[in-house]
Amino acid sequence: MSSAQEHLETLRELGSYIASALPTAVLSTDVKGGELSIRVHRSAIVKVLTLLRDDSNCQFSQLVDLCGVDYPDNDERFEIVYHLLSMKQNLRIRVKATTDESTPVPSVSSVFPCANWLEREVWDMYGVFFSDHPDLRRILTDYGFDGHPLRKDFPLTGYVEMRYDEEQKRVIYEPVKLAQDFRNFDFLSPWEGLRGLLPGDEKAAGSK
Amino acid sequence: MSTATADVEIENYTLNFGPQHPAAHGVLRLVLEMDGEVIDRVDPHIGLLHRGTEKLIEYKSYLQALPYFDRLDYVSPMNQEQAFSIATERLLGIEPPPRAKYIRMLFCELTRILNHIMNIASYAMDVGAMTPFLWTFEEREKLMEFYDAVCGARMHAAYVRPGGVSQDMPAGLAERIMNWANAFPKIIDDMEGLLTENRIFKQRVVDIGRVTAEEAQAWGFTGPNLRASGVAWDLRKAQPYDGYEDIDFDIAIGKNGDCYDRYLVRVEEMRQSVKIIKQCLEKMPSGPVRVNDRKIMSPPRGEMKQSMEALIHHFKLYTEGYKVPAGEVYAAVEAPKGEFAVYLVSDGTNRPYRCRIRAPGFIHMHGMDFMLRGHMLPDVPAVLGSIDIVFGEVDR
Repeated sequence: MSSAQEHLETLRELGSYIASALPTAVLSTDVKGGELSIRVHRSAIVKVLTLLRDDSNCQFSQLVDLCGVDYPDNDERFEIVYHLLSMKQNLRIRVKATTDESTPVPSVSSVFPCANWLEREVWDMYGVFFSDHPDLRRILTDYGFDGHPLRKDFPLTGYVEMRYDEEQKRVIYEPVKLAQDFRNFDFLSPWEGLRGLLPGDEKAAGSK
Repeated sequence: MSTATADVEIENYTLNFGPQHPAAHGVLRLVLEMDGEVIDRVDPHIGLLHRGTEKLIEYKSYLQALPYFDRLDYVSPMNQEQAFSIATERLLGIEPPPRAKYIRMLFCELTRILNHIMNIASYAMDVGAMTPFLWTFEEREKLMEFYDAVCGARMHAAYVRPGGVSQDMPAGLAERIMNWANAFPKIIDDMEGLLTENRIFKQRVVDIGRVTAEEAQAWGFTGPNLRASGVAWDLRKAQPYDGYEDIDFDIAIGKNGDCYDRYLVRVEEMRQSVKIIKQCLEKMPSGPVRVNDRKIMSPPRGEMKQSMEALIHHFKLYTEGYKVPAGEVYAAVEAPKGEFAVYLVSDGTNRPYRCRIRAPGFIHMHGMDFMLRGHMLPDVPAVLGSIDIVFGEVDR
């Protein structure tokens, strides 16, 4: 068995171990592209991450990354993705939880202190609220910024631009004025997008 | 005359460090809550250099997204290009040819030296030593000439690309790098002679900003900052990428996790990088430096003048780009500052659906608060310099 296969086998075992340790919290486990990702319910995220950190079979001592992804078409549009690293086992794991604009996700900053800023960033960029967070302020955007820029419905150009006004002798904010419309090229070919959906295709499949 | 002395209530006061401060290595505003000269709490206000890189990348094709990575941590451009390239390659299911891997390793180690020179020299200047800055920046200049030779740009290289590197090294460059690599350890010795046992330097950095191994892991420290606390963890060894498994080198680790150890780890890492550079040059195989797939990497310029098909490929690649199969990948590399990773989500189109950039500096910056509590005001630049912050990547 090659080392890559062994690695996959370890990940599968680990996935099923976590699923059996927390049967109610873990919704699914999945090994794809050599990476293990598990989906959990957001209410159990603190429990899951604590187990991953403390369990002797896991020992994920580091939360390397925490980020959001926006899927506006889903019922719960935001996915919060946690990446953990176990230095003892030399393994990585991805934990995912979903939420929407109004439902808070429990903060994991009590489990991993570095989650504090990472959660602030997700709050800033996506507007996902984290409950029990010690200090949930905006972090990267400007003082007094309005909106959550990484949401898919936030325009790339933003809403306001700022400049120094010579008359008022201060920096002022104005609505964005574009000299030329924002060009967003759609390269998706309509023909490739229709694969399998052309009217009449079902007849060919049915006759076989 | 009355000599009554009133009890004066001394309150904590806040002090602004920055947003423009020469020791802040960029634009950083630190709000320090001080009890006299002692720091009670640090509240870094970051984001003054926020450019929305992650958002911009969602509107660019994969190839167009690449140059943004040069502009994150602008003192170590190629390592970040490498992280993005590896992420894209893993989604595409391609592997760069061996020579490309060696060139990547070679240049990533040159970049590591480029970064550590910048850090150590400017760090020394923050705590009062001017000369190392002048001596080592001459070396930095030579390294940037190598950058220039291989890709035509001194800093923003856009050289490492998904599927290999943009072009092969020019003739004679390998010898020039080898000559430089033979001469460089002398410069490290000279610099160490100025700093390592320097009484003034040691007074400023020894026992300042101590981080234990447990703290470093809990606070998400990676790279030299983690290793200085005594954790022998290096992605080049633990999860080798792009051929590091064939290279022999040692991991430099510290013992005390203070500012001095972080400096020493970086110095030793430079020596190890020289070792890796020499091995890369010796073992460098010949052959192509780009994957031979016209749907991913453009045909050579000469072919384009002759072949219609090559011209079409070129046109399609530089307008539409390539489509990347749907999926997600987390690709991490050992960048000079720590674990730099790209979490790439593709929805099967020619643009990334989400490109999360895991910048080590962001996490290290967060550690400022616990590292500085109970320290004195002059320790702020000492700790800030020792964790190697560049605001391009902190603010993204």
